[in-house]
Amino acid sequence: MNEVPVTHILFVSTALFFIGMYGLFTRRNLITMLMSIELMLNSVNINFVAFNKYLYPQKLDGIFFTIFIITIAAAEAAVAIAIIINLYRSHHSIDVEDTTEMKY
Amino acid sequence: MTASQIIFYLISAFILSMGILSVTTRKIFRSAIWLLFSLIGVASLYFWMDVQFIAAVQIVVYVGGIVVLIIFSIFLTQQSGKEMAKAPLARTIAGALAVFFGFAFSYMLIYQYGFKPAEQPFDTNVARIGNAMLNVELGGYSLPFEVVSILLLAAMVGCIVIALKIKPEEK
Repeated sequence: MNEVPVTHILFVSTALFFIGMYGLFTRRNLITMLMSIELMLNSVNINFVAFNKYLYPQKLDGIFFTIFIITIAAAEAAVAIAIIINLYRSHHSIDVEDTTEMKY
Repeated sequence: MTASQIIFYLISAFILSMGILSVTTRKIFRSAIWLLFSLIGVASLYFWMDVQFIAAVQIVVYVGGIVVLIIFSIFLTQQSGKEMAKAPLARTIAGALAVFFGFAFSYMLIYQYGFKPAEQPFDTNVARIGNAMLNVELGGYSLPFEVVSILLLAAMVGCIVIALKIKPEEK
């Protein structure tokens, strides 16, 4: 049943995580940074499912972690977008360089 | 090479290329659409791994919920046809180098670890997941289930409070 080694699946998830990290480093727009975070959360989910399926098939912990991560990602995205829209209302910009009032 | 392997490598190439396009394109709306395709690719990877329930949840929550929310917020806050400012070259190079070395070291660790896959097949019956989720005994997940429902309620109330428009004081 194991035609593809586990390391190849982990290669995909690691690469996706670092792609998200690259987006987080280079982007300066709050919405695109949020999108990079979603990519990173997805790569973690792939990891959990792959470990559960190939290394511990009698358990279900990986599946449950994935379900809870998806739920929390949804809550996080909703709160983040509410904050972004509120910020846009007061600053007319969603660039992180412009939101420095609470920095010091 | 069997059909299953070919499908896996095709899905992986799809996910990674859409992810790269999503973080490098300079039009924000296109970036959201590439992200959508990348998430669909992840869902098809779950289908490939025979976890249909997670794949369905991924499509419903991410593709149907989060990406639509992101597209809404793009339309509310940006002129979507306009290109975003280019990142400075120094930041791009530093980010690319950090990401490249981070990836190289992490994958080297993964490659050398030597995972030993278990031989038994994985039972992905949805009834098994449902029973474990509502099980109050040891090994059940009913407490995290309740906690996460409280979290969702708190997030909903929080969103309404944050995005509420404050009316000017009536005199």
